[in-house]
Amino acid sequence: MEIKELTQTSGEWLRGDGPEADIVISSRVRLARNLAEFPFIRRATPQDRVQIERILRDAIIHSQVSNSLLYIALDELEAVDRQLLVERHLISREHAEAQGRRAVAIDKAEKFSLMINEEDHLRIQVMQSGFNLQSVWQQITAIDDAIEQRVTYAFHERLGYLTACPTNVGTGLRVSVMLHLPALVITRQIEKVFRSLQKISLAVRGLFGEGSQAMGDFYQISNQITLGRGEDELVQQVNDIVPVIIDYERQARQFLIKESQENLHDRVSRAYGILRTAQTISSEETMHLLSSVRMGVNLGLIPKLQIADINELFIHTQPAHLQKRTGGELDSADRNIERARYLRQYLNREEGANRAEKN
Amino acid sequence: MKCQQCERPATFHITELTGGKPQELHLCEEHARHYLTTTGGEPSGSGGMAAALAQQVQQMAIGQTAEELAHLDQQACPVCGITFYEFRSQGRLGCPHDYVAFTKQLEPLIYNVHGESEHVGKRPRRSSGSSEERTQLIRLRREMREAVENELYEKASELRDQIRRIETEQVA
Ligand SMILES: [Zn+2]
Ligand SMILES: [Zn+2]
Repeated sequence: MEIKELTQTSGEWLRGDGPEADIVISSRVRLARNLAEFPFIRRATPQDRVQIERILRDAIIHSQVSNSLLYIALDELEAVDRQLLVERHLISREHAEAQGRRAVAIDKAEKFSLMINEEDHLRIQVMQSGFNLQSVWQQITAIDDAIEQRVTYAFHERLGYLTACPTNVGTGLRVSVMLHLPALVITRQIEKVFRSLQKISLAVRGLFGEGSQAMGDFYQISNQITLGRGEDELVQQVNDIVPVIIDYERQARQFLIKESQENLHDRVSRAYGILRTAQTISSEETMHLLSSVRMGVNLGLIPKLQIADINELFIHTQPAHLQKRTGGELDSADRNIERARYLRQYLNREEGANRAEKN
Repeated sequence: MKCQQCERPATFHITELTGGKPQELHLCEEHARHYLTTTGGEPSGSGGMAAALAQQVQQMAIGQTAEELAHLDQQACPVCGITFYEFRSQGRLGCPHDYVAFTKQLEPLIYNVHGESEHVGKRPRRSSGSSEERTQLIRLRREMREAVENELYEKASELRDQIRRIETEQVA
């Protein structure tokens, strides 16, 4: 498999199915691990990085965590390809922009990625479409066990897994759920979400678009604490709060429909109309409009589209995806034209054509 | 973790995305509500985990004399050589042994962040004793590099043999 092929598909986590997929985009768990016998990354020499990469590559390949593994040396990759992996959430922005030997192993369905020489020596990440943290946790702990049979992780009797930043020490676990909450934003009730999280230390983050502007309606909920609670408890904590937020969002949507079905329909239709006809459009505007259209699809206002289509458009309209598609470097103005062209083409296809083409 | 604007525990963790760089805010309920309801808010000057950590280290340092503080800052990890000051300014540790070498400085900080001080949950099947032993390889490799730089080749080759011995020990 080659990087270019990724531009033809969407990752597993964007399939748009799974429990509560109308509101929960994806469930994700990551584990931070370090080899006992090397300095943490900030203090590693170039030789250390080479050795860490070699040891972890061997461990990953031999532990047979997947039979279709794509192993990518990031330091040999062009910037646009690294950006493509960031847009697909397979590596972090920091990992893409760092220097020196570093790599990522990805399974073909993009269910998981293993980042080598990120902030920690190894960051294992498993993602799935919809709300399904238990299943994601089962998968990641199995991968962790398989690799641990071949390496010695840095571990302290009392403090647990040792990490480069003390905020990850203990379990090294970050559980996060990405939510689409447009109705809570429109009704200005999003603070309610923050309030519901007050008692249990959970973090809320807006999702980044191009640059660092928020993509408005997307929020990621994750655990803030990693020490002193078991993995099960940390997973359960997020697992318990998400249905509460889903419920708030559903109520807000019902409120919007009851208050003025016409206004809501108008908002969704206008967003859809702009996306289908614009001649030049920024990344931010695209995200903003797609968010309205996504809610419209969920409420049955745009029967022609499915959630998977919208999820695909979110990813495929980002800069690196557009550039891979056209095969050349594009400046921001050209990207806006290309983005609009792509959206028009996709959204004006004959009914059913999108689905059929993929089969 | 304490609120960035008062002494109460921070129960709201917000990433501010408007303007320049994203900033992490850690606030108590009252300050979070104030922040969220004030238009524009007032993004604190100290965003980022490194800054939050540095701040906590400073809080922890209250009650210590300047001399004691300077002493704590200069302390270096015998394995990787990082000083506590370097950690404090970067927010990232140098090696696994730092958790042992800087116990005194890190314990209050870790408690501040997590509200706990002991790991519960998963552990590797291998004993943690072997983990600490392998961490010594970092020191040996560093000493070997220094020996080579100082043209102490006999010492360097002794160290190399010692390193090889530990490296090839069965990792099972
Ligand atoms: Zn406060
Ligand atoms: Zn150290």
